[in-house]
Amino acid sequence: MPTYPMPPLPSDDKRWKIVNGTMRRHGFARNALIETLHTVQSSFGFLDDVAIRFVAKSLHVPLSQAFGVATFYNHFSLKPAGKHTCTICLGTACYIKGADNLMAAAEKRLKIKAGHTTPDGNISLMTARCVGACGRAPVILEDNELVGLVEPQVMLEQLERWAAHD
Amino acid sequence: MSVAVDVKTLVIDGINVSARADQTVLEVARENNIAIPTLCHLDGLSDVGACRMCLVEVKNSPKLFPSCVLKVEEGMEVTTASPRLKHYRQTILELLFAERNHICSVCVSNGHCELQSTAQSQGLTHVCLPYRNPSLPIDASHERFVLDQNRCILCTRCVRVCAEIEGAHVWDVMGRGIDSLVITDLHDPWGESSCTRCGKCVQVCPTGALSDKSKFGSDHPKYPETVSYLNMMREER
Amino acid sequence: MTSEELVQVAETVTAERQAADFEVNVCVALGCLSQHSDKLKDALCAEAVASGRNCRVRGTGCMGLCAAGPLVRVGKPAEAAAQTLYAGVHEADAREVIESLGNKPVERLEAHLDTYFHGQIPIVLENSGYIDPEKIDEYISRDGYQALIHALTEMDPQSVIDQIAKSGLRGRGGGGYPTGLKWSTVAKAVGTQKYVICNADEGDPGAFMDRSVLESDPQRVIEGMAIAGYAVGASKGYIYVRAEYPLAVTRMTSSLQQARRRGLLGNNICGTTFAFDIEIRLGAGAFVCGEETALIASIEGMRGQPRPRPPYPAVSGLWGAPTLINNVETYANVPTILRKGAEWFAGIGTEKSKGTKVFALTGKITNTGLVEIPMGMTLREIIFSIGGGVPNGRKFKAVQTGGPSGGCIPEEHLDLPISYEALIEVGSMMGSGGMIVMDDTSCMVNVARFFMEFCMTESCGKCIPCRAGTAQMYQLLTKICDGRATHADLELLIDLCDVVKNTSLCGLGMTAPNPVLSTLRYFKHEYMEHIEHQHCRAGVCACGRKPANELALAGVTA
Repeated sequence: MPTYPMPPLPSDDKRWKIVNGTMRRHGFARNALIETLHTVQSSFGFLDDVAIRFVAKSLHVPLSQAFGVATFYNHFSLKPAGKHTCTICLGTACYIKGADNLMAAAEKRLKIKAGHTTPDGNISLMTARCVGACGRAPVILEDNELVGLVEPQVMLEQLERWAAHD
Repeated sequence: MSVAVDVKTLVIDGINVSARADQTVLEVARENNIAIPTLCHLDGLSDVGACRMCLVEVKNSPKLFPSCVLKVEEGMEVTTASPRLKHYRQTILELLFAERNHICSVCVSNGHCELQSTAQSQGLTHVCLPYRNPSLPIDASHERFVLDQNRCILCTRCVRVCAEIEGAHVWDVMGRGIDSLVITDLHDPWGESSCTRCGKCVQVCPTGALSDKSKFGSDHPKYPETVSYLNMMREER
Repeated sequence: MTSEELVQVAETVTAERQAADFEVNVCVALGCLSQHSDKLKDALCAEAVASGRNCRVRGTGCMGLCAAGPLVRVGKPAEAAAQTLYAGVHEADAREVIESLGNKPVERLEAHLDTYFHGQIPIVLENSGYIDPEKIDEYISRDGYQALIHALTEMDPQSVIDQIAKSGLRGRGGGGYPTGLKWSTVAKAVGTQKYVICNADEGDPGAFMDRSVLESDPQRVIEGMAIAGYAVGASKGYIYVRAEYPLAVTRMTSSLQQARRRGLLGNNICGTTFAFDIEIRLGAGAFVCGEETALIASIEGMRGQPRPRPPYPAVSGLWGAPTLINNVETYANVPTILRKGAEWFAGIGTEKSKGTKVFALTGKITNTGLVEIPMGMTLREIIFSIGGGVPNGRKFKAVQTGGPSGGCIPEEHLDLPISYEALIEVGSMMGSGGMIVMDDTSCMVNVARFFMEFCMTESCGKCIPCRAGTAQMYQLLTKICDGRATHADLELLIDLCDVVKNTSLCGLGMTAPNPVLSTLRYFKHEYMEHIEHQHCRAGVCACGRKPANELALAGVTA
C-alpha cells in the first residue's frame, strides 16, 4: 500500500471511484497502469490530462511515463469518441474480402479520414487490426456490435440511420 | 578451488583478450582499442541495444548481436568489422539521415555531433534513400534550452539520464514507430514541465536536438563523460 | 478436489445430460453470437418448453465452420457422432428444429460437411462445440482436470517435463521452439519466484484460433497452465489477452472463479502443497506485444517495447524472474498429452513436427472457419478437400500463412506436407495458424504492401532498422503499386529487406520483410509488370491498366 500522499479524486463524478477501485485492487502497484487506463477508457470513453495525471500520481508513475504508455497503445484514445462508432476491421482476411472498399465508402460518405470523428461529434470512424472474427470477413463493429459479411450498402445504411438521429 | 573473480578469455577480431565475466563485448573491445560505432550507448547509462550500430558477428551463430549488451563468454569469437557489417551500419545511418531533417550547415551542433562523426568514421558519402521531410516542431519554451525534433534520432539517452541519474524522469517517448516523439510530462511545453533544469539531457544528446540557447552562434561541444562519474559517485554512496 | 470427486462430478453431469431425450447445442462463440445465436438459443428454449418434449437446449463453444453460422447441433445425448448439424439457423427456424427432433431432419438447414471434418483430429478443439464453456463441470465431465490431479499426486515435476519433451510438442505461437526444452530451462533457472505466462495476444490479423479456444474451452488453458506451473516451479500465472477480445476476457474471468471455487486454483490444490493462481492482464492494441519481451514489458505496466535477448525470459523475464511464456494453443495441448501419453501424441504428425495444428482457414475459400489437422497433411488437402476449394469459379493463386511474418505459397507447393521446417523452406512459416487463401483477384504486390503497412504502423519505434526501414519499404512498395517505380527502386527494396531482416531488434522487424521476399520469390513477374508496364494483372492497383494483348506485344515474359 502507498506511503506517499495520494492525490484527491478529481471530482465528485462516481466514475473516479471505479478508477480508484481498480488501482486499489492492484495494491496501487506501478504495473497497474495499463489496467487502470483501461478502466478510465471504458468509464469515460477517453483519457484526458486530468485522468492521466490522477492515475500517474496515484500510482507514483512519472507523468511522462504514463503519457508514453497512454499514447503507445491503439486502444487508448486521448480524444472523446463520437456518439456512434463505426469500426472497420482491416485484418488480412477482411482486407482480402474487400475491407478497403468499405473504408473508402465510409470515408467518402462521412467526409473524414479513419481515426477521426465527424465535426458534429456524431460518428467516429475507426480501424481495428483484426477482431478475430475472420470467419465472417469482412467485419465491422457498429457501436461494439459485430456485423459480419458486410456489404458497403448495408454499412452505409447504418451510417445514414445514425446521421438521421441527430 | 573457488574463483573470486570470474575471468573469461575470448577472441575479438583475431586478438586474444581477457575480460571479467560481467563485462560486455563493447567494453572489452574498447579496453583493447578496437573501435565499434555506437549511438544509443553512453557510459554511465543503462544499455538498450536500440540503434543497432554496435552489432557484431559471433562465430557459430547466424545472428548478429548488439555488443553493448552482449555479455562475454569463454572462447567466444567475435568479429566487429566486415563488409557486411559496414554496409549495415551505413544503411542504418542513411535511414537516420532520411528519417527526419538533419541539416548540418544550419545546426548549432555542426562539428560536435555524434551522428555526423559516426557517418564520417563509417565512410558514408551519400544517402541513397529518399528523404521523408516530415514536418516536426521546435520547443523553445524553456528559458535555457531548446528541443528541435527535426534533429532527434530517438536514441533515448535523454530519457535514461533524466530517469536514472537525475531521478526526475521528465522525459519519455510518446506514440509509436516512426511517429514517436520525446516529450516532457504530458506533452507539455518543456519550459512548463517538472524539469529540474540540470542540463544533463543536453549534455548527453548526441545531436543538436537538445541544445543550450547560450551556445547559439558559437560552438556547442558537449561533455557527456560526466555521466559515468556521477554514476560512480552515486554507486559509492 | 480428488480424482474420485472429479469422477463423481463427471458422472453427475453425464447423467443429467442423458436424462434428456434430446439435446440442442447452439454455438455461442463470437462468430455465431454476432448473428444473434443467443436470441436463437432463447427461442429454441421457448419452443422446447412449449412443445413439452424432454429436450435440453444449451450454448456451446465454436463448432468450427464460422462462415456457415449460426450453427446448431441436435440429437440424442449419448450419440454425439450421429447428431445432425444445422447451419445458418435463425430465430424463425426454432420451431421446425424442435419438431424435427427424433424425426426427419430439416433438409434445408442440414449442413453436409463430411469433407470438412474428414481428416481433422481434434485435440485442442476436442471439447469445442461439445461443452458449455461457462460451466466447469461440463469440462470435468470430459476428463477435465484428470491430467492435473494425476500430475500433482503421482508425478514429480521432472516427469511432467519429460512427458512434454517426449511428446515433441513445439511452441504453437509460431516460433516452434521445443516446449519441453523451454519448460526444463525455466525449471532449472535460479529464482525463488517464477512465473507462467499465457500469450493470448493473437495479434496476427486473420488468426482467431486462440480466441476460439478461450471462448469455447477456457478450462483447458487453465489446466495446461497449472500443469506448467507445477512442472517449472511457478506459483503465479498471467493470461495476457488482447483488448479486442472482450467475450474471451469475460468467459476466462468467470472460468477462473469457478476453478478457484472447486479448489483447482489457489492454495493446496487437490490437497497437495502446490499453490498456483492466475490473473488476467489486458493488452491494449499493440501487435508488438505478442513478442515475449514486449509482452513482459506490457504486464510490467510499460510501453510494449522488446528487450535484447539474451537474457531470455526463461532465465530473466517478468520482473527479472524466470518466466515461461507459451501460446494458448501450446497450453491447450498439455492436458491431453498427459492424459493420453507422450507416445500417443508423438504418433501423430511428422518426424520433427508432432501432433496437430489449429488453422484459421479464411479468405477466398468455401468453408471458412477453424480446422485442426495433423502435421503432415498437405496444403492441397486442407484447401481443396476440407476447405472446399476457391468459390465463385475463381482460380487459386496463393495461400498466406504466418501473418505479417510469413509468406505466400503458390500452387506449385500445394502438395507440401505441413511442418515447421517445410513452411520455412518455401519461404513462409507456421506462424500462429492464420491461413488466408487468395485467388486471382488479389495482387501480390498489393498484399506485400498491406503487410508492410501493418508492420510499419505496429513498429514500436525502438530500433532504427524497423522504425525507419519499414517506412521506407512501404514507400517503395507504394511507388511500385502506383506504377511510378524503377528497377533501381526494386533493388533498393531488396537491399533494405536484407538490412531490416538482419539488424532489427525483435521478431517484428526481423520478419517484416518476409511477405516481400516471398512474393518476390514466386511472383516477381507481377512486380515487373507494375514497374515496366504500369500493369496490375489483378486489376487492384492504382497504376494504369493495360490490356493483356498490349503486354504480349511488349514481349513480357511471365
